[in-house]
Amino acid sequence: MAQEYRKPLPQPTETSRPFWEGARRGELRLQRCRSCGEYVFYPRSLCPHCLSPELGWTTASGRGHVYTYTVVRRPAHPGFRDEVPYVLAIVELEEGPRLTTNIVGVAPEEVRIGMPVEAVFEPATEEITLVKFRPRKET
Amino acid sequence: MELRRSAAIVGIGELRPSRHPDGRPVLELLAEVTRLAIADAGLEKGDVDGLLVAPPLAEHSLMWPTVLAEYLRMHPTFAETVDLGGASACGMVWRAAAAIRAGLCRAAVCVTGDVLDPDSFYGPRGGRPARVPGREFESPFGPMGANSGYAMIAMRHMYEFGTTSRQLAKVAVDQRVNANANPDALFFDRPLTIEEVLASPLVCDPLHLYEIVMPCTGAAAVLVAAPEIARRGPHRPVWLLGAAEKLTHMSLAQAPSLTTSPIAYTAPRAFEMAGVTPQDIDLVSVYDCYTITVVVTLEDAGFCPKGRGGPFVEEHDLTYRGDLPLNTHGGQLSFGQAGLAGGMSHVTEAARQLQGRAGQRQVRNCELAFVNGNGGIMSEEVSLVLGAD
Repeated sequence: MAQEYRKPLPQPTETSRPFWEGARRGELRLQRCRSCGEYVFYPRSLCPHCLSPELGWTTASGRGHVYTYTVVRRPAHPGFRDEVPYVLAIVELEEGPRLTTNIVGVAPEEVRIGMPVEAVFEPATEEITLVKFRPRKET
Repeated sequence: MELRRSAAIVGIGELRPSRHPDGRPVLELLAEVTRLAIADAGLEKGDVDGLLVAPPLAEHSLMWPTVLAEYLRMHPTFAETVDLGGASACGMVWRAAAAIRAGLCRAAVCVTGDVLDPDSFYGPRGGRPARVPGREFESPFGPMGANSGYAMIAMRHMYEFGTTSRQLAKVAVDQRVNANANPDALFFDRPLTIEEVLASPLVCDPLHLYEIVMPCTGAAAVLVAAPEIARRGPHRPVWLLGAAEKLTHMSLAQAPSLTTSPIAYTAPRAFEMAGVTPQDIDLVSVYDCYTITVVVTLEDAGFCPKGRGGPFVEEHDLTYRGDLPLNTHGGQLSFGQAGLAGGMSHVTEAARQLQGRAGQRQVRNCELAFVNGNGGIMSEEVSLVLGAD
């Protein structure tokens, strides 16, 4: 599998490694500031709200909604050539942070802003599992 | 420090955009527009003691101002690399004025250019990529450069305000009418209709091919000079009357808002510094990498209320003959985007119009221009108000 993966792969840093370890176990992990209580994504070495270095890790619900999206019809990177059209989206998590991701498990034309989604974990390599989202029933 | 009337644009150098690089290094293009800007200002090289350069995308170097200064045997006493993406050109103009006001130099040339075409723009770039968050948390999901970012802004704008593709297409079509009156524009001889925009292929929904800027090759520079030099020049001085700058995010997922840009901060401050309002403006010359960029800019700059940008562009004639002349050179959508020289084209066009040198597309009684530079995914914004005497 690893040798066939042709799309850009993240290169985890010491700071972000807990996120990627969580993803590999099927958990969406966020940082939370011990000082001001804000949730933080992407992983950082200090809190972007209060600049405290005291950031801990929490496991998020994995639920959110589509904040915006586009259907990419011409890939900029050759690794996505066989995937077009695909949905690139910004998902707003229940905990607050927004992240860039793909919406999968649904036809691109059925995706809507506001659509409830949940995290799915797609292994890319032994080390890297990407967090994508699929539609969920509103609970 | 008072920036208002601290300096003026007194010279323009600009190459006609071309669809492909001709093999010349980008340095030669930068040198050529520097020469042209100095000559246009009626100055000698020895009069120029400030040099600001925006880093080209196609060719990487450290210390561009030093590379260019050495090439031209210039010895500036103020130099700066200004790296604000598409906002670099506007960012250079107010920095040059501030340096002049601070006494660091008296005449500064601001230089942009690139050797791009669509293949080289979207293709792989050299060098070791920095370990920045976008590479780790965005690239794996397949963004199509800026295209997918602006598409997601447009999608959200449509969702929040009911903006339509037909309204966005109107921006491209009015600007094409302007380009059809500008022999230097890439699409000078190609008319365009709203139906053609809507029938062009979707690249990133909801953006069609003809709503997306075309990377090309070219360069542009302006010479910014102290008042005593400006008053002696061969052209009407184009005074810097107002300026403001703000940056918010690199990745769109980190933006405070997708549909309100930092222009909502920069434009009112630039207008306030100039002592004017949007209603006083004769020419709007604003960054247009995509149609949606213009709509968001008009809203945030106060030409219409937030969310009304779509109906506003339908209700107004944005051509050089119209009631709100906008991007009279054709905008980057129809003039061409030669890297960061695309952002400079809004400055050079405003200067030409204010100097009365815009030829067939001259706006009558053009005294006051609003210019906006935009970089990234509406990440970094610089607003300027420019005025003729």
